[in-house]
Amino acid sequence: MSSAIETVREVTGGEYKWGFTTPVEEETAPPGLNEDIIRMISKKKGEPDWLTAWRLEAYRRWQAMEEPKWAKVHYPPIDFQAISYFAAPKQKERPKSLDDIDPEIRRTYEKLGIPIREQEILAGVAVDYVFDSVSVATTFKQKLEELGIIFCSISEAVRDHPELVRKYLGTVVPPGDNFYAALNSAVFTDGSFVYVPKGVRCPMELSTYFRINAAGTGQFERTLIIADEGSYVSYLEGCTAPMRDENQLHAAVVELIALDEAEIKYSTVQNWYPGDKDGKGGIYNFVTKRGLCKGRRSKISWTQVETGSAITWKYPSCILQGEESVGEFYSVAVTNNHQQADTGTKMVHIGKRTRSRIVSKGIAAGRSNNTYRGLVKIMRGAEGARNYTQCDSLLIGDRCGAHTVPYIEVRNRSAVAEHEATTSKISDDQLFYCRSRGISEEDAVALIVNGFCREVMDELPMEFAVEARKLLGISLEGSVG
Amino acid sequence: MALLEIEDLRARVEGKEILKGVSLSLEAGEVHAIMGPNGSGKSTLAYVLAGRDGYEVTGGAVRFLGEDLLAMEPEERAAAGLFLAMQYPVEIPGVSNMYFLRQALNALRKARGEEEVKPGEFLKQVRAAAELLGMPQELLKRDINVGFSGGEKKRNEILQLAVLEPRLAVLDETDSGLDIDALKTVAQGVNRLRGGERAFLIITHYQRLLNHIVPDRVHVMVDGRILRSGGKELALELEERGYEGFAGKAA
Ligand SMILES: Nc1ncnc2c1ncn2[C@@H]1O[C@H](COP(=O)(O)OP(=O)(O)OP(=O)(O)O)[C@@H](O)[C@H]1O
Ligand SMILES: [Mg+2]
Repeated sequence: MSSAIETVREVTGGEYKWGFTTPVEEETAPPGLNEDIIRMISKKKGEPDWLTAWRLEAYRRWQAMEEPKWAKVHYPPIDFQAISYFAAPKQKERPKSLDDIDPEIRRTYEKLGIPIREQEILAGVAVDYVFDSVSVATTFKQKLEELGIIFCSISEAVRDHPELVRKYLGTVVPPGDNFYAALNSAVFTDGSFVYVPKGVRCPMELSTYFRINAAGTGQFERTLIIADEGSYVSYLEGCTAPMRDENQLHAAVVELIALDEAEIKYSTVQNWYPGDKDGKGGIYNFVTKRGLCKGRRSKISWTQVETGSAITWKYPSCILQGEESVGEFYSVAVTNNHQQADTGTKMVHIGKRTRSRIVSKGIAAGRSNNTYRGLVKIMRGAEGARNYTQCDSLLIGDRCGAHTVPYIEVRNRSAVAEHEATTSKISDDQLFYCRSRGISEEDAVALIVNGFCREVMDELPMEFAVEARKLLGISLEGSVG
Repeated sequence: MALLEIEDLRARVEGKEILKGVSLSLEAGEVHAIMGPNGSGKSTLAYVLAGRDGYEVTGGAVRFLGEDLLAMEPEERAAAGLFLAMQYPVEIPGVSNMYFLRQALNALRKARGEEEVKPGEFLKQVRAAAELLGMPQELLKRDINVGFSGGEKKRNEILQLAVLEPRLAVLDETDSGLDIDALKTVAQGVNRLRGGERAFLIITHYQRLLNHIVPDRVHVMVDGRILRSGGKELALELEERGYEGFAGKAA
């Protein structure tokens, strides 16, 4: 039977539109990892002794650990001694005002469509700009400070709010949690820090834009968000990287803490360089993200749109400790060409009447592999806990794979966990219907895929939904023909 | 020059010859009806005109507004002004009817070098079309065709027609599945859209529709060929005699 989508057209790596390099002079640490490098990073950032010691302890643990092997992803062994663990644009000190930022870096963000400015396009969004290992700018700081909201790079937070950092750092993702979390704890360079005080509803989206620029480096950012009692914050991260033939490692840790009745909404639009059509190059995105619903009736909601990276290994999770706390995970993961994604979530129900909801949409095209891996764990004391999980996969062409691996552990009889899964293909009927109305084949694929993901896309903050929608289309360019 | 000129068109599906030499000519502003027994190739003709994959043209030619229609991609045919109201409209979950329609309209406009439609203007246009066809506004917001009743789906096809304003609309059994009142409303809608330059090729099994939309010509298709063409009386004759006589002649 002839099919509109039986031949997968060749896509060139050139279709990644964010693959340029910025010609700034960077200070890069020599490759390799040892205690001296860690001390050097810590010193460079002027960190207190407790943090240096914390890093070294993490490093020692990491040395005794092994890379996880259970994910359905394949890659040659990573030589951790060949990576440089610190790269920063050369400048004497952090620019005092937004006007002092290196014009080349400024241009980079303009090209990426997120100019460093407190106006126009991003008027409703405060942005922290992380370039390789350091944060280069944060907008709207003053305005947020008036409300008592702290939004800055984690390096600044260590300096200006050490008591908060010390109190919460590593409490959700302990340094020895897993191989990559330990590595991150040892060498993390920058990332964002947010603290929203009691009863404050953050009036704008907070956002971090991560950019890898330097070659031969890894990016190890660390984000810590604390929502105090009765507060609300919505946070979004975006990421891109230049096109390079070698693989680059990105191993971030994100920790969220929601106290009584607080709500954190965390959204990700991940668009790291996925490698070329033959699977050469691209980012290894090995990330640990976890939120702790510590307080009663607190809520943490993860929304992710994952289109980039050669390999994604990522399970944003919620520990539902507070009674009646709520965890949500909304995910779209798109893989094309040779991309591999093994992603999902963990919902751990500890408190009574805790609820969680998982909606995962996996889209596989080309020769890619897309796995949903999720764990719903309902502990003995989680009286009346409920989970609803829905995993839908969409296949484009017949050389890709979609897999669903749900683990459900229920230890309380009054708890209910529901799971639904579907797998479908874009039908020739749908494509033809769109095309007969004048919509090109590629736009039709984007339209159908966006429809398939709508439940998740609707969760994204308005400002980013449009971009994310376009990104889905671009990621699947050349997937039919 | 005819708007549509089909000449000795032959096509295969799954290796089986379905269209065995169809010829038909349609002038701007005309309404033609095609009638014929089940499986005679009416929908196949419609799909071949719209350019559906899997319908292999093995001979003949089709000119639309002087252009070689068969050389175009389906979306190019739409941009050239061809529209097919399908016998079985397709569901696209998660895509609202409105959104789909705007994407389609903008794609057509873009292909013609026109600007995108202004949101306000678009809304007015769609509302007017919905009213013309007696379609509840609520259907506009729903996912395209998902959970629509048979009749709602058919009406929705005509709504698209009204908004996309093609030069030639092929209606494949739009009347099947419509109740008597809906049939009248849709026919009125079509009559409103008729006239001027716009032409219609209406595939139907029922003379009833042709009482409301009076055709300029009627063609009878049997076993992949047009066996007879005539005026609107031909439909009445068919109603009385059935296709038996025609099929016999074909053999
Ligand atoms: N995809 C297909 N695979 C196999 N046979 C097909 C396919 N599409 C059409 N046919 C065959 O082609 C012939 C013509 O079908 P077509 O749908 O064009 O008929 P029709 O005149 O529209 O009939 P109806 O009045 O029932 O709608 C039928 O015998 C049908 O079975
Ligand atoms: Mg038919």
